[in-house]
Amino acid sequence: MFRYICKRIVYLLITLLIILTTTFFLMKKLPGTPFDSERFSLLPPEQQTQMLEKYGLNDPVIVQYGKYILNVAKGDFGTSFFYSGQPVSGVILGRIGPSALIGLQAILIGLSIGLILGIIAAWRHNSGIDYFTMVIAVLGVSVPNFVAAALLQYFIGLKWGILPVAFWESWKCSILPSVALSFSVTAMIARFMRTEMLDVLEQDYIVTAKAKGLNQFKVLMRHAVRNSIIPVVTILGPIVVNLLTGSLAVENIYSIPGIGSLFVDSIKTNDYSTIMGITVFYSSFYIFVMLVVDVLYSVIDPRIRLASNGKGD
Amino acid sequence: MTKTEIPQELFVKAEVDKEAREHIARPNLTAFQDGWLRLKKNKAAVCSLFILIIVILLALFGPVFAKHTFFDTDYSQIYKSPSAAYPFGTDQFGRDQWARIWQGTRISLLIAFTAAFIDLFIGVTFGAVSALFGGKVDAVMQRIIEVLVGVPQLIIVILLMMVMPAGIWTIVLALSITGWVNMARLVRAQILKLKSQEFVLAARVLGTSNREIILKHLIPNTVGVIVINAMFDIPSAIFTEAFLSFIGIGLAEPNASLGVLINNGYHVLQNFPYLLIFPALVIILIMVCFSILGDGLRDALDPRMRQ
Amino acid sequence: MSSLLEVENLNVHIKTQLGIVKAVRGVSFSLQKGETLAIVGESGSGKSITVKGIMGLLPNNGKIAEGTVFMEGKELSKLPEREMQKIRGEDISMIFQDPMTSLNPTMTVGKQIMEVLHEHHPEFSKETLKEKAIEQIRLVGLSNPETRFGQYPHQLSGGMRQRVIIAIALACNPKILIADEPTTALDVTIQAQILDLMKELQGKIDTSIILITHNLGVVANIADRVAVMYGGKLVETGNLRDVFYQTAHPYTKGLLASIPKLHEHNQQLFSIPGTPPDLMDPPKGCPFAARCPHTMKVCEAYMPEYTCLSETHKAACWLLDERAKEQGKDGADNA
Repeated sequence: MFRYICKRIVYLLITLLIILTTTFFLMKKLPGTPFDSERFSLLPPEQQTQMLEKYGLNDPVIVQYGKYILNVAKGDFGTSFFYSGQPVSGVILGRIGPSALIGLQAILIGLSIGLILGIIAAWRHNSGIDYFTMVIAVLGVSVPNFVAAALLQYFIGLKWGILPVAFWESWKCSILPSVALSFSVTAMIARFMRTEMLDVLEQDYIVTAKAKGLNQFKVLMRHAVRNSIIPVVTILGPIVVNLLTGSLAVENIYSIPGIGSLFVDSIKTNDYSTIMGITVFYSSFYIFVMLVVDVLYSVIDPRIRLASNGKGD
Repeated sequence: MTKTEIPQELFVKAEVDKEAREHIARPNLTAFQDGWLRLKKNKAAVCSLFILIIVILLALFGPVFAKHTFFDTDYSQIYKSPSAAYPFGTDQFGRDQWARIWQGTRISLLIAFTAAFIDLFIGVTFGAVSALFGGKVDAVMQRIIEVLVGVPQLIIVILLMMVMPAGIWTIVLALSITGWVNMARLVRAQILKLKSQEFVLAARVLGTSNREIILKHLIPNTVGVIVINAMFDIPSAIFTEAFLSFIGIGLAEPNASLGVLINNGYHVLQNFPYLLIFPALVIILIMVCFSILGDGLRDALDPRMRQ
Repeated sequence: MSSLLEVENLNVHIKTQLGIVKAVRGVSFSLQKGETLAIVGESGSGKSITVKGIMGLLPNNGKIAEGTVFMEGKELSKLPEREMQKIRGEDISMIFQDPMTSLNPTMTVGKQIMEVLHEHHPEFSKETLKEKAIEQIRLVGLSNPETRFGQYPHQLSGGMRQRVIIAIALACNPKILIADEPTTALDVTIQAQILDLMKELQGKIDTSIILITHNLGVVANIADRVAVMYGGKLVETGNLRDVFYQTAHPYTKGLLASIPKLHEHNQQLFSIPGTPPDLMDPPKGCPFAARCPHTMKVCEAYMPEYTCLSETHKAACWLLDERAKEQGKDGADNA
């Protein structure tokens, strides 16, 4: 088990390095630096060189690359061009809160509604609620999150004025974006849970449980749900990707000071140390989640846990 | 009828048709005929296929029937609500939304199909080579895959989009550079599974050549997985394109794609909601249909999933 | 002696996409206290569905279309689900065919045994439950009961798992134990151990057993009485000796003939030609008519009724009818 985790960590580090390298060289290929914009060309030449010097843009690319990797390892992503000299790591850290809140709320909503829908749909297979769940599942993955967010904003925020349209002033502001993000999570979980449950309900040990004289509810909760909920952990990876993607658009739509909107803004302003910083942040986060999912899955599923112990892995 | 009423003459030995004993009731179908029959039974999937064909036809010929081209501006006709002359209204430059939506659908579908096809090509080749060669080749190729699955696709796509000049082919390239990994994994897994199955072993024992085994056993049994995965690739490409255009790094005006139109509509949502709602409906319709069709195909082509 | 279980004219229908399968058609039998009844038949003969019908564990698409099941005067087939739950696991228990899939993979062996005890004896404390569960593990002959208690099913071999399943089934000392092909999925050497265990425990806790199997060797080993099923119908029932030595039905004869015999060399294995009938559209006559070596015209047209051969032995076959016997004499004379 320990060796397995170490192996995974090594792979993930290689992945991360490749992402860093790709990001770095792609950024170098960007048409010019942020100073390319009109304001920068208006500066006197000596000030321009001074600034290039300050941001280390005059070194040979390979030196810049080495410095960059070293700095990233230290958690230093350089300074933001756009936010006049603030360290990128600080800018990112300051933006984590809102994104995390919205993301967690979306997962919470999606998980609770998705699991309930999935369980009931499988239990009452081919019933009205089953079809309803399938419709939700299809719509949830088919309606692009930015469309859902825009429509929610228009109807609930603007037309009916039930909740704040945008901005980040109170907890109420986080409801609409969280709901918008949660649609696809709900859909993914409901669908997955339904399929798993249907599969588990066909298993022999469900008949064993019934033969013990347990009532339907106990059979369902103790035997069926327990066994089908474990694999749901495996779709946490895709769900996190989905949330990261979604947050870029949704945070923009609701003007939320999170990392997603920071990323989009830095793309628009060619603020490339921030872009690189967020890229590294997102990638590490994603990789971390994948590792956690792997470990978590082997911890909660006794079959895997002990099978790998047996092999001394 | 009671026992005693049965006439005596029936108690004689009867002729039994020996052939009939071994009769097998079900007709013999190839996997594809069987799959097609099952797909046809799935009303939702057939309906989706039908809608998709209509949407594709509209994307191809819709602009032709419009009185205006998608880039013609007419400043006397800006922000017209939907009417007989402009079924989907006009935008801030007085451009015909009908023509623009079908043009946009055309571009979105073009991008999606091309990207899915390239994914399919690279993915199938990579996966098949990896599985068929096995040994060291497979080990190395697997390590590559293991490293690549850790890469968040969207990040790389966004970076590529920033570096390369904006345009349709840039999006296609960015999508296909990152999109093939999943296909490669699935194809490899499927071929490996088949390779170890009894019917392939049996063919090998009977002296069937490698070529025959690949052509007769491996390819026909992998096509299902490939088709199904491609079916899910297409909507995901449509989504990614729309997403990129929406956050402003995809296609740009005056070009039209569904993402561009939605982005455009979003900015005037408060006053002219139809500019968002129509393209949004089209994209949702396409995504829903592909999703249902993909599910239908999976159920039809993968008999183990049959319920 | 009144019987413990009385099944009368049981009919079970299973609804499928293609139509209604009449899986069990008018099965009647009884079970006495302490005896072992073996239900024998090939796959698809309806033997599993029969006992699932008795247990009220038919799949959602299946239902008892006709007939009654009485246990000690209670009509099980009419009991509400809640009452039936009290009987399952407490009065009637079941052992299943595949020990590899019949235990919950994410629950420890101990918990799975405790669960059934707790369900029927909610008054037991946690400690009592654990004690009893460990006692139960010891009873079925597993070594280190305390260790086994905390283990997961996949850590045990097939034979050990089947012992655990038996431990669960017998935890509440049921009056009837239904064993659905309990040894089919096991190695031959383990099969004998499991059968011995069942016999031993039957003596200890005085339970009646309904054993479903297609293995006549198993039947000879353990059963007091035998019921042979074919095409959803009971074709012959009787004491072990009746059925094995006074075999009346051609299907039973075929089954007995197809047992490989060690001492007879150089003999081709006997098999019954043909396939079992399609129960979606069952033949209107004897279900075995299409495969029987002695088929008469009457067999294809009329369902044979039971002929009592002795107090304990009866079979459903037209060959046992007086008229067929006459015809047989004629045929012999002609030949």
